[in-house]
Amino acid sequence: MILSGRPPRGRTLQALVIAVTLALALAPFLFPGVKPLNVAAKVCVYALLGASYDLLLGYAGMVSFAHVMFFGVGSYGVGLALYGLGPSWGAVALGLAAGLAVSTLLALAIGLFSLRVQAIFFTMVTLAVSYAFNVLASQLDWLTGGEDGRSFRVPEILQPGFRLIDREAFGVALGGRQVSYYLVLVGCVVVFLALLRIVNSPFGRVLEAIRENPFRAEALGYRIVFHRTLATCLAAAGATFAGALNALWLRYVGPDTALAGSIQIATLVVVVIGGMGTLYGAILGAALFVVAQNYLQTLLGAVSTAAGDAGLPLLPGLFHPDRWLLWLGLLFILAVYFAPAGLVGALSREDDTTP
Amino acid sequence: MTPSLETRDLAIRFGGHVAVDAISCAFRPGELTAIVGPNGAGKTTYFNLMSGQLRATSGVVLLHGVDVTTLGAPQRARLGLGRAFQLTNLFPALSVLENVRLATQAQAGVHYELTRPWPLRRALIERAYAALEAVGLEGKRERRAAALSHGDQRKLEVAMMIALEPSVFMFDEPTAGMSVDEVPVILDLIARLKRDASKTILLVEHKMDVVRSLADRIVVLHHGRLAADGDPATVIASPIVQEAYLGVRRGTAA
Repeated sequence: MILSGRPPRGRTLQALVIAVTLALALAPFLFPGVKPLNVAAKVCVYALLGASYDLLLGYAGMVSFAHVMFFGVGSYGVGLALYGLGPSWGAVALGLAAGLAVSTLLALAIGLFSLRVQAIFFTMVTLAVSYAFNVLASQLDWLTGGEDGRSFRVPEILQPGFRLIDREAFGVALGGRQVSYYLVLVGCVVVFLALLRIVNSPFGRVLEAIRENPFRAEALGYRIVFHRTLATCLAAAGATFAGALNALWLRYVGPDTALAGSIQIATLVVVVIGGMGTLYGAILGAALFVVAQNYLQTLLGAVSTAAGDAGLPLLPGLFHPDRWLLWLGLLFILAVYFAPAGLVGALSREDDTTP
Repeated sequence: MTPSLETRDLAIRFGGHVAVDAISCAFRPGELTAIVGPNGAGKTTYFNLMSGQLRATSGVVLLHGVDVTTLGAPQRARLGLGRAFQLTNLFPALSVLENVRLATQAQAGVHYELTRPWPLRRALIERAYAALEAVGLEGKRERRAAALSHGDQRKLEVAMMIALEPSVFMFDEPTAGMSVDEVPVILDLIARLKRDASKTILLVEHKMDVVRSLADRIVVLHHGRLAADGDPATVIASPIVQEAYLGVRRGTAA
């Protein structure tokens, strides 16, 4: 493959990546209905968000807590542009461009300011900047709508009422939601492929070298501050795209959907479960995480009811749907314990060559 | 002729300890200088000061006549200074080829190329192959660096420096920890590099037979000071080397 020097290794892994990608590509037809399509769109967004985070965490070996902020910048960029200028593609483009510009500048500032010192300082600065941005977004009521956020209208072709064709295709009415979904999917695929290209470029290898041995990378002549800063900017741009697509899908932007700390945690979980330093891992991690997030409650509800009906003690409470986060946490701990290299690591062929 | 590498009154202190004490020395192209001295004499610290891993407390480092005292290791590397480390210093999770290719890439100045997959950079890969062949690692290109034997890791370390195509080579005990049959590969390589009169070679080495066979000049460090400097025969015969380094009179000292 010209896009990647390292295709996924192992048949199971390749099959899984292809299966998830195919399922996402055909989601509107395979899983008709409002909720499944929502879940599929969220998988796409999280796969992109995770992949862009992996560029930092897995490739450059940097821990950032500002990734959700860049996601939020993209969301607010597109959301506020559509809110203020009305539903047009020009507004979408303007919002995305503004979001990318703001993200890049913020990433540049964070990188150049903090990376001269130590990697841990970078982490602290991202945390601080991200927190400040969060407060700002909730306080600037007149601009962002504060805690309530902003609902906005999207271009007509993306509106739920829009009909692409009058007939149904494969038993599914093709409307604005389906068009929106494919916009999200195609957007995510394009940016994902761009990220894949970046990590397999000479620059991507330098990032890995810096992760492995920054001291040696410097001795070879690489100025690691600039490489790390550029990686921060590129990852920020990826997250901005993901945020913009997410806002278009939700037709709403607010602190809960664009800046919540839980999104940052989810991104981290997606990358770690999927496997750091692989990019493909983010696709698998996102699929697993988002599906678990959305269907674990249903599953637990069924188990709880069944246990209650059987008259078992304690179990109905333990499996109560509200405890889904506990179970997800347990699953995460088990995953990290038994597959520290993530799904990709566990499924890759074991050998002494590179991953 | 301008020395390719020169230090003037170069010193560094760690707290109250002066590890390198006002060393002035110049190294010229076509010359292989062995730097010897007992453990703790400051040889590796002196190397680190010259290659930029440490910043001097006082004094000046000149690289091709340019004052590089305030520059970091990356800038000095770009000015033609190549360094192989005493303790193996690789990119462990990357393949042998990728380790060397990162050096050829740095040498070619390909730092921020984002859009071209690296396998398309044929020239860089070819040069990496050549460097691997020079140390006899061509058969292990796809191995993970961490999976190599200690001797092979040392060879890879040297291959990375060759791939940088520096004008000044700094070898810090290149044969340390190598098995007896692996040592000649490295020594032959250094001897071959030496034939190029435009290259300056600095070599920290403990094995006196190696020093004798390769060096044009020997510099002796002792307690961070320059204790002797001259052609091998004179320096080896000098009392300070006989006493402090070669361990003559060991019987009486013990």
